[in-house]
Amino acid sequence: MARVARWLGSLDSIGKAAMLVLALFVFAAIAAPLITTTDPGLQRDVVQTRFLPPFSTDQHGVFHPLGTDRFGRDVWARLAYGARISLGTGVLAVLLSVIIGVAVGAVAGLWQRRVGILLMGVTDFGLALPRVVLLLLLAALWRPSATLVVLVLGFTGWMTLARLVYGETRALVVRPFVDSAVALGAGKRRILWHHVVPNVLGPVAVSASLSLGNTIMLESGLSYLGLGVQPPTPSWGGMIASGRDTLVNAPWVAVAPGIALVLVVLATALIGDALRQHGPGRATA
Amino acid sequence: MLHVAPGDPATQLGGPAATPEQIANLRTALGLDRPLLVQYATWLSAFVRGDWGSSIATGRPVSAMLGAAWPATALLVVLSLALSYLTGIAIGTLQSRLRRGSDAAISAVTVSFYAMPGYWLGLMLVLLFTYRLGWLPAFGAAGVDADFLSPWGRLVDRLRHLALPLITLTLIGAGGIARYVREAMLDVRGLPFVTTARAKGVAEFSVRYRHMFRNALIPVVTLLGLSLPALFSGAVFVEGIFAWPGVGRVLIEAVVARDYPVVMAATAVSAALVVLGNLLADQLVSWADPRVRHG
Repeated sequence: MARVARWLGSLDSIGKAAMLVLALFVFAAIAAPLITTTDPGLQRDVVQTRFLPPFSTDQHGVFHPLGTDRFGRDVWARLAYGARISLGTGVLAVLLSVIIGVAVGAVAGLWQRRVGILLMGVTDFGLALPRVVLLLLLAALWRPSATLVVLVLGFTGWMTLARLVYGETRALVVRPFVDSAVALGAGKRRILWHHVVPNVLGPVAVSASLSLGNTIMLESGLSYLGLGVQPPTPSWGGMIASGRDTLVNAPWVAVAPGIALVLVVLATALIGDALRQHGPGRATA
Repeated sequence: MLHVAPGDPATQLGGPAATPEQIANLRTALGLDRPLLVQYATWLSAFVRGDWGSSIATGRPVSAMLGAAWPATALLVVLSLALSYLTGIAIGTLQSRLRRGSDAAISAVTVSFYAMPGYWLGLMLVLLFTYRLGWLPAFGAAGVDADFLSPWGRLVDRLRHLALPLITLTLIGAGGIARYVREAMLDVRGLPFVTTARAKGVAEFSVRYRHMFRNALIPVVTLLGLSLPALFSGAVFVEGIFAWPGVGRVLIEAVVARDYPVVMAATAVSAALVVLGNLLADQLVSWADPRVRHG
């Protein structure tokens, strides 16, 4: 904890701003009911309340800071509740890829012969495919839901991590402390859990934080195509899709979630950069 | 797996008035009632023999649909690759010699484009160039009147339709490449051969472009192959947005319609295009870097 605090203090102004932006979005997602004035799915008389521009108040006296969409739903409320979907599915999917990637990479690095060749072959094959094509293929097979989004994003995102962990593991197993462990009679499993996994977590954290933004972007893309979280649950991609048809008379419906996406992706990328340059979790023996 | 999928293709093909019996007959006719592994094995053995089947939704042969679609995707991807590398390298090189303030300002712009979802950037460009300014068309690869235009007019029409999808893909690609080139230039700046060149009195321009630039480009060329899958992924969304008649749009429409023969074949074709591109990129790297060639 103290290490994290010291790291936060050592960030430059850009890193601090990125942390602040991400913290604001996390807060908005958690405290969505507290910071919004209406329910994200609330529709009253549609004709009277639809397409209200930002900063307007409807006839019921409800203030809409970002305006309303074609069903008269509050864009700000949908944005805040949509942050739950975007951040939640993004973080869970990255965690799933971390688990798969570390498992595949470390096992392939330790058991290098047949198992290693097979696992890294699968990894390289996956890396060569365009991820969106894989996502669409998998999304076509099951009924769209938040769980499916987490699963398909997790199962298509672990290959870069596996490559990274494989390289780190190969570099670790020739280090003296691993030799000493082997000399003391440690089996491969013990080396895996006590020496490899703890030491690869630092670089994995950097890579995972860099991929979080991309994952959130892909989640929104799936929702945009109607293959992600289903309406009426608000999601940023779904909001952009519904704003696409009203770009001319109500551009704010599509603009607001897009800006939110750019800010979140930017913040995670900058935090990943800061972690890479001087992270709190450098590998040590 | 197929049994739990929503909008089973047989249900969609049968229409809302179909009786359960008719749908069951359709499922048998399409082979959808057989075990998934059997379906996959049947598909795979036919696919490698060149029989790609026909689309469940439209009845057209899959090979004809994809045969018509892949040149449009290849055109879009190759042009945007070339343009994004040209602009990315230019911006990155320029940045490496600017003052801190202007360097940071350009970095802020490139990283923002890098962080933008392609489909959203596409929509914003449509909003600006089609709806607000009325300069460029937002949909398709050619206007409805294209057949009546002169050859010159048809070319202009094609280019105008190409503009927005191409700009979208290029802006996103160039952002990442500019960041990479800037770092590569700053990395080689302190290397001994640069100091040597300066010490022996080589002109500044020559140091910069004949010594630093050429070496900084090596990792950038390597990036070429690695960036292909991502570029192709971006192209899928961009084709969807602009109704560009390529493999990506065929894939999206097939996924929405649960048109499995088309989904499988489009996946295979896009994987083949990417692998082919990777092989070409490897050739390019060994041409650019003698250390790779002579191993």
